[in-house]
Amino acid sequence: MSLIAAWGLTKRFGDFTAVDGIDFEVERGEVFGFLGPNGAGKSSTMRMIGCVSDPTGGALRILGMDPSREGTKIRTRLGVVPQQDNLDEELSVAENLYVYGRYFDLPRSVLRPRIAELLDFVQLTERANDHVEPLSGGMKRRLTIARALISEPEVLLLDEPTTGLDPQARHVVWERLWTLKRRGVTQVLTTHYMDEAEQLCDRLVVMDRGKIVAEGSPRQLIERYSTREVVELRTHDQVTVLTDALRRLGERADGYSGDPLYERAEELPDRVLLYTDHGERVVGHLGEVKPESVLVRRSTLEDVFLHLTGRSLVD
Amino acid sequence: MPPAAVIPSPKLAVEYWLLTYRRNWKGSLLTSFLSPILFLAAMGLGLGSLVDAEVGSGRDLGGLDYLDFLAPGLLAGNAMMLAVNESTYPVLGGFKWYRTYVAMAASPLRGRDILLGHFTYMAFRVTLASFVFLGVMAAFGAVSSPLAVLAPICAALCGMAFATPTAAFVATRINADNFSTYTRFVIMPMFLFSGIFYPVSQLPIVLEQIAWLTPVWHGVRLCRALSTGTGVNWELAGHLAYLVALILIGTLLSTRTFTRRLYE
Repeated sequence: MSLIAAWGLTKRFGDFTAVDGIDFEVERGEVFGFLGPNGAGKSSTMRMIGCVSDPTGGALRILGMDPSREGTKIRTRLGVVPQQDNLDEELSVAENLYVYGRYFDLPRSVLRPRIAELLDFVQLTERANDHVEPLSGGMKRRLTIARALISEPEVLLLDEPTTGLDPQARHVVWERLWTLKRRGVTQVLTTHYMDEAEQLCDRLVVMDRGKIVAEGSPRQLIERYSTREVVELRTHDQVTVLTDALRRLGERADGYSGDPLYERAEELPDRVLLYTDHGERVVGHLGEVKPESVLVRRSTLEDVFLHLTGRSLVD
Repeated sequence: MPPAAVIPSPKLAVEYWLLTYRRNWKGSLLTSFLSPILFLAAMGLGLGSLVDAEVGSGRDLGGLDYLDFLAPGLLAGNAMMLAVNESTYPVLGGFKWYRTYVAMAASPLRGRDILLGHFTYMAFRVTLASFVFLGVMAAFGAVSSPLAVLAPICAALCGMAFATPTAAFVATRINADNFSTYTRFVIMPMFLFSGIFYPVSQLPIVLEQIAWLTPVWHGVRLCRALSTGTGVNWELAGHLAYLVALILIGTLLSTRTFTRRLYE
């Protein structure tokens, strides 16, 4: 049985529909992601899963229970890492874990060894007695993760776990989440970073404007909605100069297979993306198309999102 | 593995507030000492010598020296001020700046545990400060009845009669824009016109009747009766009932506004 299941899950605020009838299931032990831009309805979905917001429509079952009736029981078994840090900055690192553990009525004798273990896990043992306020953003995030683990939850909910962190701090967080995954902790996360979704998620849904527009593993999604490679052409001029030249190029067939040279083109303000399985061949045929720079790369979830919605994920 | 059943309660939330109190109890206790000393010295001794000379104790102050009259009034007024402080910025902060309530809401704690936990802590703070206040009053020789030991409890009730509806209101606020207006034009007039510094009978009848409606007037009457031992009668039960009723209404309203804010 799925750990979390939703059918037609809906959340409305007045006239605004934040979550518009979505279906999904999360299995035990997997890392499940909601990928989408800001305002896609990810956080509203997360709040419903966290039992702090009642659905306006549809059905939601978490750990086999109904969140609107058994919110307390469910929350006992969840660990929540909110988007906005809400550590107590005036308390010490260890005190933050202690006081949070007390919300779960865990006795001091249980908490003391567990705090030591968790601080070790998030590499904050040396800072145990320091105030939280001067810690770096990455350290605070790790502490928040440790705090969410204090009750040994069955499901860890992470809302934008690395938003606002520098690349190095993100990698440390990712590495910790990987370790948790290996230990079998089910994780549900939201992100608007496609690399984060690719790195962490076994399975994900792409959300846009309150709806799920695609579902699968990162690899499946890329195979289904994109090509193997992407040729990025950047220009300082008007993109239309490039696209005119490209249109003529697109009409020419690939010399090797007779197929069109590229499958699809996406126009962005400063660049054009050509979707193809053979990037180098396209580059070889550019001829009269003269961009400022050319880059051949593998397709990512960003391309999947662009294809599905016609918009980029991060503005 | 079935997890241990957690029985959520306000007690678990209070522990958080007590832990933060342990961080700054020295400063807060010092303030609790200094503020009555300043007020009682300036108004009680300074102004009081003038009042006693001019008015003569007896007539309008019900046979009391000005210091004895003023000190229990200030005890109730001080509790009101402290309770209003504790139920404005810290409450909005719980939702908005520190997000303490938000963190608690993700745990097994329910809205009412979060709310009652914070109210319990506020009551603790106000009670403690009121006992300190009583100690300072005694040092100034402004206590004349053993019943005075009950006065801080009444002062705390008076404080909570303000804190609970204030918190209910604050939970509906997006920012702190109205807080200083509220303190200046709602709370301050009550401090000035509710019988702390002079009997409300000195006021025009309309203002006097308005004063009867304010919780602080009831708190002042209770504290003054207990600290001086004069006028201890059934009237006091009425004052108590009024304060308790306000606390209950304030708590009910807060339950509604907190729940709406936390679980929208």
